[in-house]
Amino acid sequence: MALLRVFEERAAEQYMLGKIRGFLHLYIGQEAVAVGAIHALGRDDYVTTHYRDHGHALARGLSVNAVMAELFGKATGCSKGMGGSMHLFDASLNFAGGYAIVAGHLPLSTGMGFAFNYLNDNRLVATFFGDGALNEGEAHEVLNMSALWNLPVVFICENNLYGMGIPLSQSMSNTQLHKMAESYGIASAQVDGMDVLAVREAAETAVQHVRSGNGPYFLEARTYRFRGHSMADPVLYRSKDEEAEYRKLDPIAQYGEWLLSSKMATQKKLDAISAEVEKQVEESIAFAEESPFPSPEDLYRNVYAQLP
Amino acid sequence: MDTPISESVIVGAGVGSALAGLRPIVELMTINFSLVAIDQIVNHAAKLRYMSDGQFSVPLVIRTVTGGGGQLAATHSQSFENWYASVPGLKVAVPATPYDALGLFRAAMKDDNPILFAEHSLLYGMRGEVPDEWYEIPFGQADIKRKGNDVTIVAYSRMTHVALQAAAMLEEKGRQAEVIDLRTLRPWDKETVLESVRKTNRVVVVEETWKTGGFSGEIASTIQEEAFDDLDGPVARVGGLDVPAPYNGTLEAAAIPNSERIIKALSDNYGI
Repeated sequence: MALLRVFEERAAEQYMLGKIRGFLHLYIGQEAVAVGAIHALGRDDYVTTHYRDHGHALARGLSVNAVMAELFGKATGCSKGMGGSMHLFDASLNFAGGYAIVAGHLPLSTGMGFAFNYLNDNRLVATFFGDGALNEGEAHEVLNMSALWNLPVVFICENNLYGMGIPLSQSMSNTQLHKMAESYGIASAQVDGMDVLAVREAAETAVQHVRSGNGPYFLEARTYRFRGHSMADPVLYRSKDEEAEYRKLDPIAQYGEWLLSSKMATQKKLDAISAEVEKQVEESIAFAEESPFPSPEDLYRNVYAQLP
Repeated sequence: MDTPISESVIVGAGVGSALAGLRPIVELMTINFSLVAIDQIVNHAAKLRYMSDGQFSVPLVIRTVTGGGGQLAATHSQSFENWYASVPGLKVAVPATPYDALGLFRAAMKDDNPILFAEHSLLYGMRGEVPDEWYEIPFGQADIKRKGNDVTIVAYSRMTHVALQAAAMLEEKGRQAEVIDLRTLRPWDKETVLESVRKTNRVVVVEETWKTGGFSGEIASTIQEEAFDDLDGPVARVGGLDVPAPYNGTLEAAAIPNSERIIKALSDNYGI
């Protein structure tokens, strides 16, 4: 989680310096969800997520260098600079993106689940999406079909209480999002998304359910993003007081306190981790800076697969 | 297998299962309903290979039915294959005969790219010979359905047959038309078209969809860019009239290109 936090903070700085362009959606505050949930998955399982995807990518094990380089648009990026912040991919880790269209990856995840059933290989797909994604019609088509076809999909709804600038109560007729899933006949639960251990435990329950052939599972993780929707967001739609209240629930601080109080770690150890991740991220920035941009010849590469 | 009426997920799940290693064929009942799935087709199927730098591919065939003329009214009579033909990353097939349909479909199944395979609704009753031996037709290869030296008629899908009717009428007037069936719109066979225009010096492009923004504009533009000096007059275009398809049969037929309109276009542009 510390790695995710430092990465996002440094990425924000690089964005302000103009090294990262386009949109940048920071995962700050939500680290417990990606880290807790992805820890419950197997290596062969697929992960798909939305555009706030740096946290999931790092939690899945993508190289810090490759992610930062991708944000810089360099040829050493995980998508060779062709995808950018919102389209991180790594086939070797079964990290199937990073998607910019709200809810756009949900049908894809349905297809992955379908393929795993068809191939009878006991894999599953964990798909992360926000509360806003449930505004989209295709999200509901997906819930219906996943339940209907008993697909091995773990739905992880990161409910950070805002769809861009719209508070949950103004966009959803039912703000208990996991209850919506229940109405499709999908097993569901809600979990405190600021508590990484609770998330991991809930995700393990979900994974167990799905891998046993019981069909999809919908986990609603209640969380909060400490920054705006993206770097372009002046965050006029919520109060500083509210943000301050939620900052008290910082997942990293919580976990750190728990580690210390339960004697699982010392302050010295935590400090060492902080220093280590700072170093990794600094190195990734240097790596990204020094990496070349893709060349003009790369423009047409991979528009089409070549015929055999 | 049958799916619920959820076009977005029909296509999206096709894309997703392709990402997970399958080679799916999905069907959208008509191209009219592809609009419900257009985000999955254009933003996902067409782009995932590019955005992932080739780490993920989408070997997906999207079969659908296109075209009008059955009095199904405005929302059930459209032909959008030209829109999809604008999208890098997609391939688009528009066969006009059983032989072409089978040959192209085999090629489509082997192709690792996402393909929109648009079959015309009024051609399903058409019978045609297909060889017992295996054959395939590559994308980007047009077929000269009728050879001639006096005028080139470029068409695709059902309009190929309308073009052949026009060619028969021209023959009665002593003119031999060369009818080129494009068979695929993306990629499309520019060389065959240009070679024909260099020979005949007169060309009309015929398509069923609305003339404004139709693919015939792309073809006409390419011809005048690359064979300008070979033209005896402006490239003629015959397309659907710029109206939503009316239910009434006479009005509907008037909005769809017919052989008379092709003859008139040639007369207007080339005086023949």
